[in-house]
Amino acid sequence: MRAALALLLLAPPAAAQDDRRTGYDDMTPELQAMQDDPVGNPGLFWVLDGEAMYSAAPDTGAESCAGCHGDGETAMSGVAARYPAWDEALDRPVDLAGRIDLCRVRHQGLPPLERESDALLSLTAYVTNQSRGLPIAPDPDPRLDGWREQGEDLFTTRMGQLNLSCAQCHDDLAGGHLAAALIPQGHPTGYPLYRLEWETMGSLDRRFGNCMFGVRAEPFGAGSAEYVALELYLKARAAGLAIEAPAIRP
Amino acid sequence: MPRSRMSRSASLALALWAGAASGQGLPEPLTDVPGDPAAGREVVVTRERGLCILCHAGPFPEVPFTGDLAPDLTGVGARLTVPELRQRMVDSRVVNPATIMPPYHATDGLARVGERWQGTTILTAQEVEDVVAYLATLTEDGT
Ligand code: HEC
Ligand code: HEC
Ligand code: HEC
Repeated sequence: MRAALALLLLAPPAAAQDDRRTGYDDMTPELQAMQDDPVGNPGLFWVLDGEAMYSAAPDTGAESCAGCHGDGETAMSGVAARYPAWDEALDRPVDLAGRIDLCRVRHQGLPPLERESDALLSLTAYVTNQSRGLPIAPDPDPRLDGWREQGEDLFTTRMGQLNLSCAQCHDDLAGGHLAAALIPQGHPTGYPLYRLEWETMGSLDRRFGNCMFGVRAEPFGAGSAEYVALELYLKARAAGLAIEAPAIRP
Repeated sequence: MPRSRMSRSASLALALWAGAASGQGLPEPLTDVPGDPAAGREVVVTRERGLCILCHAGPFPEVPFTGDLAPDLTGVGARLTVPELRQRMVDSRVVNPATIMPPYHATDGLARVGERWQGTTILTAQEVEDVVAYLATLTEDGT
């Protein structure tokens, strides 16, 4: 699998022999239409809020995001498709929400945001939206390799009172039904996304927490090194699939 | 992308396998109170208690959605003896190290169990006996 992972990174498999399915592919036509609706997709409220925040100067007197980075549609295009990425100062990878929060703290003199706050979800949704339709293209920085392997180890380790690994459901049993729920392959193409069950926007880390709670395991914290490692692995596994955020899920 | 990997706990169970799974299962009841099939049926059909219907279908038409990840429990009382059923319920890893069926009355080899479930088993000893008693009644086709 390690070799296969490296291969995936170098060359995403050709579409013809690709049996990967996203959560979007598994949804009903009604939910797909809701996601595709340029005004009716509820995730777009967060995107619009994020857009406003991106160009608003903070009251610390610092530059706005746009002041440093320029027009979001150009400057942020493709960034989400590449993340997580290495942070030199922390000497570890960070996910996109982590990067945005670091910019607020380091470059705008603002306090950090709660991971599941509307403000951080909005900024992340806005930046991710600038990659909508672009293929996931993991960062080739070799310092990330070990983290991806750690993510793969986590993904394939049984955990919780129910003693199941992520891979048992999302690799081996994908397409089957857990009671009424279709088990998806678990591709991270749509986050942050609007989940009808949550009745709000949520992050990939929140989704990880749901699945860990489901097998009665102790979730890792939002933004934890473990979740960044899992995301790095899942993004490599989903390399070449298009970013579809803000997605809808049932 | 199917893949099967044996976890450490699974290979441990494999080491124990030769002795425990040679057909006998667990002949000794876990409690002194004989299992109550009606109580066992309640555990099986109540999603949050038994979790069974997440994976198994069976002779319980009142359950609207059952999973399709495991054999239908219809007739299982004719396929397996009571000791075999008890072994399946207590810890299916002994029968099949790669099983996805959770260990209902064993805690060894588990990792990162959530705080609120630590030191507990999914079912109590009496619940296991009740479920075994219920499963043992499923001997006829269609029940
Ligand atoms: C018992 C089976 C099971 C296990 C184990 C499991 N999941 Fe899930 N997962 C699901 C189901 C079912 C869904 C679909 C949402 C729902 O119905 O709750 C899902 C959804 C997801 C999604 C969202 C996919 C999308 O299209 O939005 C991701 C990502 C994911 N899981 C990752 C993980 C990770 C990482 C782990 C291990 C820590 C894990 N899952 C463990 C069953 C499982
Ligand atoms: C004062 C200038 C400044 C401001 C204001 C600023 N950033 Fe940054 N941003 C940077 C620098 C410099 C980096 C490179 C990483 C670092 O050194 O922190 C960066 C990196 C990033 C990256 C990663 C880009 C990549 O290609 O890896 C994103 C995304 C980002 N910023 C988003 C934002 C958002 C959203 C805001 C507003 C909340 C913001 N930034 C505010 C200077 C700034
Ligand atoms: C996560 C899925 C899952 C859950 C939950 C689950 N099982 Fe199973 N069970 C299986 C699978 C898969 C098998 C097939 C044998 C194997 O792979 O170990 C099985 C096998 C069995 C067997 C043997 C069937 C046969 O025909 O040989 C019995 C009996 C059984 N399960 C009863 C139960 C009961 C009762 C519950 C709830 C208390 C339950 N199971 C919960 C997945 C599950």
